[in-house]
Amino acid sequence: MPQALPAIAAPDAAASEARRARADWLTHAILLLGVALFALPIWLVLVGSTHDAATIGRGDVPLLPGAEGPANYAAVWTQGDTRRAQVAVSTMMFNSAVMALLITLGKIAISIVSAYAVAFFSFPGRMLCFWAIFITLMLPVEVRIFPTFQVVSDLGLVNTYTGLILPLIASATATLLFRQFFLTIPDELVEAAKMDGAGPMRFFKDVVLPLSTTNIAALFVILFVYGWNQYLWPLLITTSAEVETIVIGIVKMIGAEADTEWNRVMATTVLALLPPVAVVILMQRWFVKGLVETEK
Amino acid sequence: MRRKVIFSGTALPYALLAPQLAITVVFFFWPAAEAVWYSFLRQDAFGISTQFVGLENFEDLFADPLYLQVVRNTLVFSLAVTALAMAVALLLAVLADRHIRGRETYRTLLIWPYAVAPAVAAVLYIFLFHPNIGLLGRALNGMGIAWDYRLNGDQAMLVVVLAAAWKQVSYNFLFFLAGLQSIPKSVLEAAAIDGARPVRRFWTVVFPLLSPTTFFLLVINLTYAFFDTFGIIDALTKGGPANATQTLIYRAYIDGRVNLDLGSSSAQSVALMVAVMALTLVQFRFIERKVHY
Repeated sequence: MPQALPAIAAPDAAASEARRARADWLTHAILLLGVALFALPIWLVLVGSTHDAATIGRGDVPLLPGAEGPANYAAVWTQGDTRRAQVAVSTMMFNSAVMALLITLGKIAISIVSAYAVAFFSFPGRMLCFWAIFITLMLPVEVRIFPTFQVVSDLGLVNTYTGLILPLIASATATLLFRQFFLTIPDELVEAAKMDGAGPMRFFKDVVLPLSTTNIAALFVILFVYGWNQYLWPLLITTSAEVETIVIGIVKMIGAEADTEWNRVMATTVLALLPPVAVVILMQRWFVKGLVETEK
Repeated sequence: MRRKVIFSGTALPYALLAPQLAITVVFFFWPAAEAVWYSFLRQDAFGISTQFVGLENFEDLFADPLYLQVVRNTLVFSLAVTALAMAVALLLAVLADRHIRGRETYRTLLIWPYAVAPAVAAVLYIFLFHPNIGLLGRALNGMGIAWDYRLNGDQAMLVVVLAAAWKQVSYNFLFFLAGLQSIPKSVLEAAAIDGARPVRRFWTVVFPLLSPTTFFLLVINLTYAFFDTFGIIDALTKGGPANATQTLIYRAYIDGRVNLDLGSSSAQSVALMVAVMALTLVQFRFIERKVHY
């Protein structure tokens, strides 16, 4: 801005330049402090996961990496902790990955076709269907914990992937986002397709789907994080080790604290963090765009 | 709202909507209706007989001092998380919006906590605040402050608030940053020409222009603190000590799953549904209409 206003800024240009430099320095300082505050707990678990259980149990909080890293990670990967029923972290990771991916893909698939129906067709009950989907925004699983568990248990789906995933797979948010986007597809495109004799499914496959890739990528990030991080629902619906997810597994590992193997908990925590954080950072561009546009 | 050019046919759109509607009915509407129905019923201690008791479950609920304490906990927790997460995010966003070197890097380094599960965030905070193995917890005890969030209710509340806010800052940060970037540069230049200093310029020009973002985030943060923090509480304090960190969701879980009190848990679910509806209505009415600058 000073460059744009030379005449006005000139008299105290030097003073304002100095002020700006000071402000820049302060900006960096505060931002770095923020970054450090965010990173501190991660640094602690990362370092802690490379020490033996006794070091951490004694309370000598290590600030620099130790030598036990490979051993700790190998141990949790193949056998989990030694205290409980020993669910290997590789099993938990697999379960979390299955849950996260199926929730993500399921939500995207189900909501893109229902948004297509609502946006491109006219049929009796269209608005009723739309509102039925919309209203589920007001019924998150947290507020209907017990009755939903009852339904899933009546269907015999406790301790199954289906029971874990199916109830979470309807998504009002994704449907609304796709519908919003579909309304911006120009009518001329639809007319041209109809004139060429393309039916609705052909139009969906050849035009709508390719146009939606950015939205799909953005939703993928948001929904993958949502799926991977589920806690309350898996806690209710899984009691057996075979379907235990990693987020649940860590909390169970801590248990009553007295004999917790903290170094293993720390290694497991690092492994639990890695996939969703990697997805957010690697797909940052779509994520930021998607997040800000989905919610607005 | 509607397209002019559409495809004909009714069978296909119904087929396309079927999966979503089926799941919605089976796992959303049916359980919600059951919750409402159960909230009027009461089972005896052995689950043998069930009788219709009208609004008694609700009367009992709101006369229960423990439940009222849980309501109070939830309000304190939610307001503290919202205020802290929004204030820190706004400060960081304003700074990251300045034309400095490395803004993209700062953004990357500030958004990743969004990806951390609430329960995992809680585990990270154990390693900070645990009185025996936590970095800060040990330091506090070393300084002679009796720190143990497992015994002291206020300390427990402080730790769950910090963990919950820590996780939410990155979300708020992204929205504030987007909000700041959408403010027309001409407005800021006009204020600069008028000679307003940066801090004054922020409070008189920028902050009012951010009000739609701020109000939107207010609702989102309250919703988050109400409903998405179950994992944080379960992993850190299990609602203790002495129920000091029990929130509405945690209580509904304990009554439904642990105490198996069907009537009370359902009544709590219904109360929560009313709360979500109120928050959603506020979001759609108040925010869309009133906050035009």
